[in-house]
Amino acid sequence: MDFDYTPEEQAFREEVRTFLKDNLPPKEARDPGFLKTWLERVREKGWVGFSWPKEFGGGSGGLIEQAILREEMALAKAPPLGTSFMGLAWVGPGIMQYGTQEQKQRFIPDILDSKVTWCTGYSEPNHGSDLAAIQCKAVRDGDHYVVNGQKIWTTGAPFSQWIILLVRTDFDVEVKHQGITCLLVPMDAPGLEVRPIENMAGDRHFAEVFFTDVKVPVENRLGDEGDGWKVTVSALANERSSIGEVTQMFAKLDTLKGLVRNSKKQGRPASEDPKVRRQIAQFEAKIAAMKYNGLRYLTKQIKGEPLSSETSVNKLHRASLEIEMDDFAVELGGTAGVALAGSEEAVDEGSWAKSSLSWPNVVIGGGTPNIQRNIIAERILGQPKD
Amino acid sequence: MNFGFTEEQELLRDQVSRFMTEQCPMAKVRELMATDNGFDQGLWQQAADLGWLGLTVPEAYGGLGLGWIDLTVVLEETARGLCPLPIASQAHSVAAILRCGSEVQKSNWLPTMASGEAVFTIGLYDEPNWIDPQAITLEATPSDGGYTVSGTKPFVPHAQAADYLLLAARCADKLGLVALERGQVTISNQPQMDRTKPMGRVTLDNLTVAEENFLPMSEEDLSYLTDIGAVLVTAEMVGAAEAALYMTSDYAKERIQFGKPIGQYQGVKHRLADLYVDVESFKSLLYYAAWAADEAPDELPRAISLAKGYASDAFAELGIDGIGLHGAIGFTAEYDVQLYLKRSKWARPIFGDSDYHLERVATLGGL
Ligand SMILES: Cc1cc2nc3c(=O)[nH]c(=O)nc-3n(C[C@H](O)[C@H](O)[C@H](O)COP(=O)(O)OP(=O)(O)OC[C@H]3O[C@@H](n4cnc5c(N)ncnc54)[C@H](O)[C@@H]3O)c2cc1C
Repeated sequence: MDFDYTPEEQAFREEVRTFLKDNLPPKEARDPGFLKTWLERVREKGWVGFSWPKEFGGGSGGLIEQAILREEMALAKAPPLGTSFMGLAWVGPGIMQYGTQEQKQRFIPDILDSKVTWCTGYSEPNHGSDLAAIQCKAVRDGDHYVVNGQKIWTTGAPFSQWIILLVRTDFDVEVKHQGITCLLVPMDAPGLEVRPIENMAGDRHFAEVFFTDVKVPVENRLGDEGDGWKVTVSALANERSSIGEVTQMFAKLDTLKGLVRNSKKQGRPASEDPKVRRQIAQFEAKIAAMKYNGLRYLTKQIKGEPLSSETSVNKLHRASLEIEMDDFAVELGGTAGVALAGSEEAVDEGSWAKSSLSWPNVVIGGGTPNIQRNIIAERILGQPKD
Repeated sequence: MNFGFTEEQELLRDQVSRFMTEQCPMAKVRELMATDNGFDQGLWQQAADLGWLGLTVPEAYGGLGLGWIDLTVVLEETARGLCPLPIASQAHSVAAILRCGSEVQKSNWLPTMASGEAVFTIGLYDEPNWIDPQAITLEATPSDGGYTVSGTKPFVPHAQAADYLLLAARCADKLGLVALERGQVTISNQPQMDRTKPMGRVTLDNLTVAEENFLPMSEEDLSYLTDIGAVLVTAEMVGAAEAALYMTSDYAKERIQFGKPIGQYQGVKHRLADLYVDVESFKSLLYYAAWAADEAPDELPRAISLAKGYASDAFAELGIDGIGLHGAIGFTAEYDVQLYLKRSKWARPIFGDSDYHLERVATLGGL
């Protein structure tokens, strides 16, 4: 066991820090063109798609360096390394693994250059947790597919240019995971309609997406017909270490500690309240556990050992922390804690209240905790399925 | 021993329930949520005509002279549908006037409250998370034949709908409630999560309050009124929590994933069962507290602290799980279960959160 970094890794960390010092002005000092410049600079560095092969315009970086990069970026509260979030997280990796040469040339550069935003059309009204049972239908007609059906909860659909879509091309299958095909579809395709849905926090990030006789050329199919499940599941597995996320959570915990230091509870300093102290310490223990879990899984990946479903452990921690940290802040504030932006009394301009209404983004959006529990119980502990 | 409701109380429950279904369904609630004061004169008058506003007003002042347990029945049912009418704050004001008011004040105000003519509200604490006489900081200074009051009362429930406000103030080392007309104060909206519980930020600018509009309030009175406030809020928590639980349970019967209703999975079924255990339990504790408020006032502090201490945490968890067990649909603005999550967060700190109440239980229990 060795928690030290090699001199090369240390040097890389220094390089990232120096870059941040030179290129990340404090928030107040950022001009309107800042984000564009930032995206260009990190792109020049090869830090967008850091671990992607050089031949596709990535950085060919190692997993440890990638962890360092993410950690430093999160520590500095830097903007993202690209604005095509899903493009970078799974669409790009999926295309690199399963795409044709033509698809790689066509789609990868735009993701790296933050020119195109992707959304993900997997879930349907009747098929959320049970994703493999999807019914949105595509019928082959000569050199294209004709898509009919509906997707829902499609995050970013109102402002994305492309969607990675799972459709059913074969209804006559023995196992539901068969007969699914993955298509890449432009959001301005005729017959495609987006209807935004408002969430309980008042945001309109996700949407229903309707397909009526939408024609998709066969060359927009990712992977073989009927291989859609493999294509997307392995792409999802591409979500690498969650080290950057952990650093962000440590940063949030720091903010929460600041709130505790400045708060009173029943007229006394909140920081002296044993229950408050214990709760904060428990958050810290969970986040630290996530960090070291993450490092152990990263080590496995580096050694080339297959990761089975261990990452579900951190997903469950993340889900409970996502709910509990904001809720703790809201509870601490008493009635001022539930006050929203626009209230003079609101705690931190209502930011905790607002985010305490947004946890389903993480807790439900990426698959629910019960499904993670099933994964752990069934795939790791070998329990029988329901 | 009879820890159950009378036939009259069951009839009252049916009556309120019918009112909610017919007059104040969720579509109406949402319409009122979109307004600043969440108030509807027509519905208010119906509530008055049905006797609910005068339920705890003695017959001598034009009310029905019933108890807190009867009001609990009303609030449970109105809160089941998240009715935004200020019935709880009206009743809370009745309690304050009965406890602290003079004979003249009682006979001037209580009849108009029972008839629905006057909407009253009450604001006690100035600190958002502190239940203590010291948490009342609004100052009243004696002046010719009365008091001068200046300052703000930040979280007054239903202030925007009220004709009269009873605001707790400190006069040297004494406490009192100043009764004000809406026109005398400036009220701004206090935006917060639960729009079915509009709150106002009330500003008083060098206001002169005549002696006749001042109600002296001892620390014991304050403690009693805090407990009554907690009874009212917890009664609403019971109704709201039960609604959220059944909404979720019903959904779990219908929602099919992996070829079965999700309620068939123990991850869902057992969670629902645990939530049921919680709701049943704080409901019983609340019924006992409401009974104590009427019949055994010495028992009230411990009884309500047990109930609100339990309910504050349990309902908050139910609010979250209600959405989690629905999946994405529960997160949408259009679906009602999220409104109950917001109510659970609103209700948690009001008149003391679980830390306050459980600490008090420990103290009262001799620790
Ligand atoms: C904010 C947000 C963003 C999203 N973004 C996207 C997106 O961009 N693209 C996309 O395709 N989808 C997206 N989704 C959809 C998301 O993937 C689904 O919501 C999720 O998979 C759950 O499906 P469901 O909502 O249909 O819930 P259901 O599957 O109906 O589940 C309802 C409840 O039943 C439980 N349950 C289900 N099956 C079992 C079981 N076998 N055992 C125990 N419990 C079970 C669940 O845990 C849950 O509590 C998003 C969702 C949210 C909330």
